[in-house]
Amino acid sequence: MTKNDFLRFQGTPGYIASGPLVDGVNCSIALERPLLLKGEPGTGKTVLARHVAEGLGMPLLTWHIKSTSKAMDGLYVYDTVQRLNDSRFGSGHVADIRSYIKPGPLGRAFAADERVVLLIDEIDKADLEFPNDLLRELDEMRFTIVETNEEIVAKHRPVVMVTSNNEKELPDAFLRRCIFHYIEFPDVELMRKIIHVHHPNLDAKVLDQVLIKFYWLREQSDLRKKPSTSELIDWISALLRAGVSYDQLEAHIPFVGTLLKKEQDVDALNRYDSKDGRYPKRWEDLGPRYNQ
Amino acid sequence: MFLDLFYGLREEGVPVTIHEWKTLMHALEEGLHGSSLLRFYHLARGCLIKSETYFDAYDRVFARVFKGVEGAFDDETTEKVLEWLKDPKNFPNLSPEDLAALERLNHDELMRRFLDTLAQQGERHDGGDKWVGTGGKSPFGHGGQHPTGIRVGGPAKSRSAMKVAEERKFKNYRTDMALELRHMRVALRRLRQLTRSGDQTELDLDETIDETCRNAGEIEFVYRAPRRNDVRVLLLMDVGGTMDPYFEPVSQLLSALHEERGLRDFQPYYFHNCIYDSLYSDARMLSRDAIPTGDVLARLDSRWKVVFVGDASMHPAELLEPHGNIDPRRTSPTPGIVWLHRIAKQYDRAVWLNPEDTAYWQADTTRIIRRLFPMFHLSVDGLSEAIHALVGARQ
Repeated sequence: MTKNDFLRFQGTPGYIASGPLVDGVNCSIALERPLLLKGEPGTGKTVLARHVAEGLGMPLLTWHIKSTSKAMDGLYVYDTVQRLNDSRFGSGHVADIRSYIKPGPLGRAFAADERVVLLIDEIDKADLEFPNDLLRELDEMRFTIVETNEEIVAKHRPVVMVTSNNEKELPDAFLRRCIFHYIEFPDVELMRKIIHVHHPNLDAKVLDQVLIKFYWLREQSDLRKKPSTSELIDWISALLRAGVSYDQLEAHIPFVGTLLKKEQDVDALNRYDSKDGRYPKRWEDLGPRYNQ
Repeated sequence: MFLDLFYGLREEGVPVTIHEWKTLMHALEEGLHGSSLLRFYHLARGCLIKSETYFDAYDRVFARVFKGVEGAFDDETTEKVLEWLKDPKNFPNLSPEDLAALERLNHDELMRRFLDTLAQQGERHDGGDKWVGTGGKSPFGHGGQHPTGIRVGGPAKSRSAMKVAEERKFKNYRTDMALELRHMRVALRRLRQLTRSGDQTELDLDETIDETCRNAGEIEFVYRAPRRNDVRVLLLMDVGGTMDPYFEPVSQLLSALHEERGLRDFQPYYFHNCIYDSLYSDARMLSRDAIPTGDVLARLDSRWKVVFVGDASMHPAELLEPHGNIDPRRTSPTPGIVWLHRIAKQYDRAVWLNPEDTAYWQADTTRIIRRLFPMFHLSVDGLSEAIHALVGARQ
């Protein structure tokens, strides 16, 4: 029999996750390994962690990585400047070094009284060696505060989720310890469900037009940056607020600025427009991939 | 069969390690695949494959290894059977005699009977000893007590793993040179020399304490610049003619260097056969892309590290004589060797990467150039040695 005594994530009403993604999340929870998420920008890598936390009823701790982030910052920061300052003016508990040690997101996740979801967001932004510096901490879930010689051991192993935008290759040693999931771009069916979550009252005919235009845009090979799911949702919001009629939507792509973010792409589309380029109106106008 | 998957992946050049394999085994013990080949497909991919560039290789190996495994029953049947197996009924309490009486069937026989039974059965059935259902003595189903029975269970998906694998959706993510490029990137990571330079933003604690003491307790903060990579690379590439066959490795090196964000600065220029009065910012080497070599040398000071890429074999006159440039459109009053000498004098760390096999490094010009610059083969190993020559300790 399978062991079912671990937590299971089933998706939440606000986040439509594909079956394999749910399995990936559960696999990482069951094996207590970090889940490494990659995928096109805007496919919901970061949002997933929030919904996993919500679905499992755990608090979420987020560690946003910047190019200057160091592995140490995630564990704790020793605020020497504050301590020096306090010693100068005789305020604070200068004698107690512990009041100047501020735990970072990882440190707080370890010290928490309940199991938490820890999101390490955009790990590829940091230095190449950054993931390697975290190996021991993530493996053994413990670290030592050098200043006090105090060892922090995780009371509960946090559910660790790591996102990467592929700006850098991650070290092999780090990859070996992760469960990897690549979030594919949603197909039309999944996209309908996703849109339904955000715009439940959208007319079915309008939705079809929106999707036809959107997937057609994505098929254009000379596009520098393809529009993503989050941009599609913004676009629909813009269409609804402006009250664009069905006919307008059928013939054109209004508010293209919400979908295309590169000047060249917008120019290319405008040129297409001025040359009386035709936009697809039916699914049959798109390639065979959409007409199975 | 599972090991076929492991070795199949390794044969395809996918970096799978035993560590990852053990993770998968652990996951299987936990039952995370839910007895479904499709979920196994995703589970194994999550555990074994760590980059979408290898998804296509995985799909191919998976389709090969598991061909025919799920052919026995289609998805529709599976769904129907699973429907019957939902909400298992309680066990009947079987006596040991009953249990012993249940025949121990071998797998093939069991599979045959399973399919026969399925063909005859039309609906859910619980607690009996023949039909597929729950809580019974039949060899098929779950929650039952047949010693060698087939367990049928776990949520199914509407698509099959073989179909997913055979679709090979990730073909576009794959690049045959990915492995090579990855190796190069790994080698280039060592192209770093950490120095303190730039804005002073990091608190120097030791100095601060010293200064504060000297200041009779009045706090004096001392900041210093954080350590950062200080390597600047000038890449000079020979293009055209005899270099054409080496287009692949050279362009890989160029893209790997472009993507190496750790570098402080990086500038590539092109030349043909030898360095003359002009370098070119574009591989087509049009006049409008020409930049006087002297300007480049004046602009990039001796802290820069120079990497040549070229086959170094040419007619001796091209290297040694004035007007040696074989391109008739260009004038080159200064012999190439003079420029090379200037570069060698200005930059004390310069290397030459030669894509030709070391066995062919016999040309006269190659030997002359090797006296000026250490020469390495343009391969992952050669690149590692070259990087050591650029930033490593001097011998």
